[in-house]
Parts: sequence; structure tokens; C-alpha cells
Amino acid sequence: MQRNRMELRFVSLSQNESFARAAAAAFAAQLNPTIEELADIRTAVSEAVTNAIVHGYDSRTEGIVTLICEISGDSFTAKISDMGCGIADIVQARQPLYTSKPEQERSGMGFAVMEAFMEEVEVQSAPGRGTTVTLRKRITR
Amino acid sequence: MELRAARRGARLTVQLVGELDHHSAERVRSNLDHMLRDRTIMELHLDMRGVSFMDSSGLGVVFGRYKTLRARNGKVILSNVSPFVDRVFRMSGVYKLCERI
Ligand SMILES: Nc1ncnc2c1ncn2[C@@H]1O[C@H](COP(=O)(O)OP(=O)(O)O)[C@@H](O)[C@H]1O
Ligand SMILES: [Mg+2]
Repeated sequence: MQRNRMELRFVSLSQNESFARAAAAAFAAQLNPTIEELADIRTAVSEAVTNAIVHGYDSRTEGIVTLICEISGDSFTAKISDMGCGIADIVQARQPLYTSKPEQERSGMGFAVMEAFMEEVEVQSAPGRGTTVTLRKRITR
Repeated sequence: MELRAARRGARLTVQLVGELDHHSAERVRSNLDHMLRDRTIMELHLDMRGVSFMDSSGLGVVFGRYKTLRARNGKVILSNVSPFVDRVFRMSGVYKLCERI
């Protein structure tokens, strides 16, 4: 597989969480991943998209979430972006069990799941400007 | 996500069917809490057999119900956890709090 790319833009409705992770997994299927690898991608993308909706846009619906998926060689990349509130302290946000919304029964395990299921998790964020999470995984078969 | 509930003595068994994510969690949570208003329920058994997908939002649902049952000296029991769901559960330490059968 050489290079391929897709881009999705959708409003920040929770209904779109399943749609977004399914689309990312369907796109990644071109790399012939195992069922486990597909489940990893589906779950990690779900975490990042949910965060954009719940935290980035604080569960309001006027926000746009962008999901860009790329294939390059045997590498799969998903970039999930919002233009929401941003993260002031990224190191703290990535700590397992840290959540800024305990009252909404968030577990604080979203970043830990992304890190466990993908090889690389990069977070770019600035308060008031939004967040981009880049997830990377090599599919070697 | 669909819930199928059955009561036997102090135990409430709820079979979860479908995808457990942030979107479905809201309804699962309110349905479970509605059933748990019956204070004679001491054990909440979540049958995970039908859960085809779960992310960390599902953990919040389980931890939240654990707190509710814990407060009345009851417990949460998890069963038929698929390997995919198990990976997320294991990371979270949920098995230190909830029994697995
Ligand atoms: N897209 C985002 N925009 C703003 N804040 C975010 C975003 N993603 C994550 N965060 C912050 O990072 C914290 C940890 O995220 P996560 O590990 O997924 O846990 P949870 O979603 O359960 O709170 C969140 O509570 C939030 O404060
Ligand atoms: Mg999260």
C-alpha cells in the first residue's frame, strides 16, 4: 500500500462517535489488519472523538470535529481535531485516572487507552484554540 | 444499547447488548439507576456477553454503579467479558472492585 488519505468533518453530536470510529476502522482495513488491530484503532479513535465532543466542546453541539486518516506504507495515522477549549496542562491531562469532569462519570482512562492501543499518541493543544490528537500504528503483515 | 433485566432475590442481572460508548452510556446509566432505586437490590450483575464494543466511557458506567452498590454494602459482578472488553477492564483495575464470574 502506498499512500491514501481521507477526511471527515462532523458536528459534535455523541451519535457521531460510533460513525467516526467505524469509518476509521473501515479505512484502515485496506492495510489488512488483524481483528485485534482493528479493535485497537476503533477504540483509540473513539476515545479521541469522544474527548473532542465532551471536553473540547463541552457537550455543546455547535462544534466541528475533524477526523483525518492516512495510510503511508504500513503505517496508519488518525488525526482527531476540535476547535474547542484546548488543554492547559497536557502532562496532567494524560495521567491515567485524571479527569476534569468527574461529575459526568468520566473515568480518566481515555488517554491511557489510546496509549495502550496505539504505538504513538501525540497531543497538540492550546487553551482557547483547540486540540489535535494524532494516533499512529504500524500494521505489519 | 439494549438492556435486559432479570431479578432474582437480592440480585439484579442486566444483560447489556450493543455498543457501550459515551453516547449510549447516558441511557444505560439512567436505566440502571432507575432500577437501583429499589434499595433491596444488593448485587448488580452486569452480563457483558452482548457488548460488541466498549471504550473508557463504559468504565465510568461500571465505576459509578460500583459506588452506588458499595454505599449500600452491596456489590457489582461482571460476567461473560469478551477479550476486547477485558483489555479495557484490566487496564482500569476494575477487577479489584468488582467480582468477575
Ligand atoms: N479534546 C480535548 N479538549 C479539551 N480537553 C481535553 C480534550 N481531550 C482530553 N482533554 C482533557 O484531558 C482529560 C483526560 O482525558 P481522558 O484521559 O480521555 O479522560 P476523561 O475523558 O475520562 O476525562 C479530560 O478530563 C480533559 O480535561
Ligand atoms: Mg476521554
